[in-house]
This record gives sequence, structure tokens and C-alpha cells, in this order.
Amino acid sequence: MVNKNLSVSLCGCTLPNPIVPASGTFGFGLELADALDLNKIGGISLKGTTRDARFGNPTPRIAECTGGLINSVGLQNPGIDVLVEEKVPALRKIYHNAIIANISGFSIEEYAHCCEKAAACEGIDILEVNISCPNVHGGGLAFGTSAEAAAQVTKAVKAVSGKKPVFIKLSPNVTDIVSIAKACEDAGADGLTLVNTFLGMRIDIARRKPIVANRMGGFSGPAIFPIAVRMVNQVSKACSIPVMGCGGVSRAEDVIEMMMAGATAVQVGAENLRNPMVCPEIVDALPELMDRLGINDLNEIIGII
Amino acid sequence: MQKIFFTIVSNQVVADKTYRLELGCSQDIAIKPGQFVNIAIDGKYLRRPISVSDATNRSLLLYYKVVGEGTKLMSEMNPGQQLEILTELGTGFDSAKCRNSALLVGGGLGTAPLYMLCKELLSQGKKVTVVLGFNKASEVILEEEYKALGAELLIATMDGSVGVKGFTTDAINQYNPEFDFFYTCGPMPMMRALCAALPTSGEASLEERMGCGAGYCYGCTIQTTKGPKRVCADGPVFDKEDLIW
Repeated sequence: MVNKNLSVSLCGCTLPNPIVPASGTFGFGLELADALDLNKIGGISLKGTTRDARFGNPTPRIAECTGGLINSVGLQNPGIDVLVEEKVPALRKIYHNAIIANISGFSIEEYAHCCEKAAACEGIDILEVNISCPNVHGGGLAFGTSAEAAAQVTKAVKAVSGKKPVFIKLSPNVTDIVSIAKACEDAGADGLTLVNTFLGMRIDIARRKPIVANRMGGFSGPAIFPIAVRMVNQVSKACSIPVMGCGGVSRAEDVIEMMMAGATAVQVGAENLRNPMVCPEIVDALPELMDRLGINDLNEIIGII
Repeated sequence: MQKIFFTIVSNQVVADKTYRLELGCSQDIAIKPGQFVNIAIDGKYLRRPISVSDATNRSLLLYYKVVGEGTKLMSEMNPGQQLEILTELGTGFDSAKCRNSALLVGGGLGTAPLYMLCKELLSQGKKVTVVLGFNKASEVILEEEYKALGAELLIATMDGSVGVKGFTTDAINQYNPEFDFFYTCGPMPMMRALCAALPTSGEASLEERMGCGAGYCYGCTIQTTKGPKRVCADGPVFDKEDLIW
């Protein structure tokens, strides 16, 4: 087998392979440092962080589903100051690849505040902005459900992010994800991550109550993979900035499929929850699969469909 | 945490809807009392976290009750079958917190994880009183096993069909055992009542719906007097003083 090239480039940031655990499914990386070789993984998207520490939602926060799970963790996090002063420096000591800070907010000001701090943090390579949060000044509607609000967030964070690439993470709970993607690109986004979880709900029919305490949550897992592939394909055709594909990826074959659809890097989310070793396992499986498919360099297949 | 394939040695019903699952593997594990394992089940997306009742460096003994679809599938598994399991999960009981004599209180399936702790405490030369609570005689498990260890054993059943009629607290009040620290695992109302009633410090093993089971998804966080804690990784065993009921 000839040497396979797995490395990809995201806005000038080179990843040794395209595999990135998705935000919220891998903690701050540190939690798994003893269980696996983090450095096998191309990049790590850290747990979503807000200005202030948040406890998140009451439990139960998890509901199992066919082909996935619903989560309503509610952005539990220690706040941006702890992220940049403790979590990232600790991870940087042991991890040499791309560190992606995932930023959430409930107002434009909060996004800007957090992104400014993250941009100033030496250990962080890429900013990923989660616009699926409700806008407290906009009637609680998620920023990511309106092209105008998505563009406002993008402009605000680009104004304070310096040289750090900004990826906007899109919500799939919209009528036309392409129009929102284009609005973010036009507002200056350097890249896009898609998709976030699908709003879902499960009911315990014996107890006659929603399973998760918050009633609803984000559905993710292999069941959403075809929808994510479709959205990645539509968005990458319409935009010229790089896309990190996310949604239901659970094996090396899915990574190839997501890249053919248009993704430059591929995030693995829910699958980490049932197999903490899945990211390094996928990295290990890729060269043989590429050989079988006649691929020498992953860059050959990005967006060929 | 290790991901290991285990082979089912036996999987037998031992009480009402309650199964005893014996597993073996060919690489070394190091389980501490109060830790749990997370079992992958064909046909279910998430693993099933099950507390460890006893273990050696190459074997696991688990008890589980059929309460839903996942445990139903588990009850249909046969000897010889392979299971992919994440082992050595969670922060278990700390036997060093007991100086001379311990009180172990288990309710229902919560009697299982105390077994390995009981063995450890006895091996340290400590005196152990075990109080097991069940609804009725058909649910009683581990009675002979605890007796065989040489621990003082009290049983309480709600219908009085075995031992003291009533709660574990009724059995404790009746026999007034001597202890300087207690350990408990079982239904939340039982543990809450115990933590309020018993005068000494103690540890309680909690249960919560989990995502990853290993501390990185933050799906099972509870609020404690020391801030947010993950039941799967910071627990499942917590100090009585830390719990907010």
C-alpha cells in the first residue's frame, strides 16, 4: 500500500487527518487523555462555552432513540475565562493538533465577548461559533434560524477574532440552510460547520412524561447521516468557504462519503458517546479503506459529487 | 477506562426479573468496589451502565433487573456470547473512610455493588453489618453470599415475608448495629432517608440516566454542595455531605 495522505487544510490550519470530535461529545479532550491517544485525532472541537459558567439543564438530559440519542445538556460549561486560562493551556500541553474553541451565546455581545477572549488565547487554532442558541433579545428564536441574525453574529465575531479562522456552526432546523450559509459567508465567515442536532422529543409512554427533563433536545446519531450529507452537499456547492461536515458519522466509510459531499474535515459526534475510541479507530481505518477505493490523497475527493 | 471483549460464562435468573451475569476476559482489569461497566448491546444505540458486584483481574459478576428494552435484550443473551464492554468506570467507594466498623445498606439491586466493598472491608479486618432491603421474598438476592463472607446480615422486606417488616431504617432501628461510617446503594428515597437518619458520615452510590458513562458528555450532571458533578465520573459514589436531595 502506497503512503496515503490524510492531511487537510482548514483556512491555513493543517490537520494531520480530517477527523474532529464534535463539540459536546468529547468534553475538553482532557477527560479522555488517559483513555486514548489524543494526538491521533486531527482536531478537537471543545465543549461549547459561554461568557459565564452554566450548570445546564436538569437531568435526565439524555434520551436514547433508534439510530441515535437526544441530548439536552443545556450548555453546561465553566465559562470562557476558565476555558482560555485552564482548559486550553492544559490540553495544549498534551495535544499538538488543531484545537477548536466552540463558542455559544445568548446575545450578539456575548458571542463577541467570548470570541475576543478565545481569539487572544494562544492555544486555540480555530473558532467555531454555535448559532443554534436562542437570542434572548430576539424573542428566544435561535440566531441560526434567520439569515439576518446569523450574519449579525458572524460580523460581530469577525470584528474581534483577529487572524483566527471563524467557522459558523449551522442549525439544520431551518427551511433553507443554503440561504443561511450564504449569509454567513457574505458576512465574512471563514468556514462553516454543519449540521448541529435536530430538535427532537421522546415520551416515556408508561410514565406519560417527556424523557428529558427539558422536554425537547437535540437529536443526533447515524439516523441523521443522510440529511447531513445532503445539507453539506447543498451548502458546499453554493459556498466557496470550507465546510466541516457533521451529523451521524460513525465509521471511516461515512468520512469518505461526507468528504465526497463537500466536507474538508469531518466531525464525529454522537458516536463518541457509545464508543469513546471511535475517532482514533476511524483514523486507523482510513488508509486501508482509501486503498480499497483507489484514493491516495483525501484532498482528491473533497466535493467531487 | 478500557474497551474489552468479555465472554458470557453464565446469565441466569436468580430472583424476580433479576439476573446474575458472569463474564470472563483474557486481559487484565482492575475494578474497585462501587465502579461500574458500560455494556454495548446489539440493537441499542447507547450502552447499558451496570454496577459491578464482584470482580477479579479477569472476570466480572453483575446483577441486573429487566426494567426496559435494553435489559430485556440482556436477559436473552447466552453463555459463549461476546460483549464489548467499557470497564473500570466511575469513582467507587472509599473503604479507608471507615475506621473500625461499617454499616452497608442496600436496597433492591443496590445490594449488588456493596458485595465487593463488603469483601474489601472484611479483608481490612473491619467489622461489617449489612442491611438489605427488598419489597418481597421473591426479590431477595445475595443473602447466602453475604452470609458466606461472615458479615452480620439483616434483611428487611416491605411485606415482611423475610426478616424485619418495613424499610432498611426499621431494621437498623431494631438491631441498632455499631458503626463509624456507612455505605449505601439503592433507591433515592431510601438513601435520602438513611443520610438524614444516620448520625455518622457515609457514602451513597447514585443512579442517573447516562450518555457516555465516562465523564465527557456531561449528560448526567447533578448539583452538589461542591458544585456540578458528573454522576458517571465524579461519582457514582458521593459523600453524604455533598448531596443535595
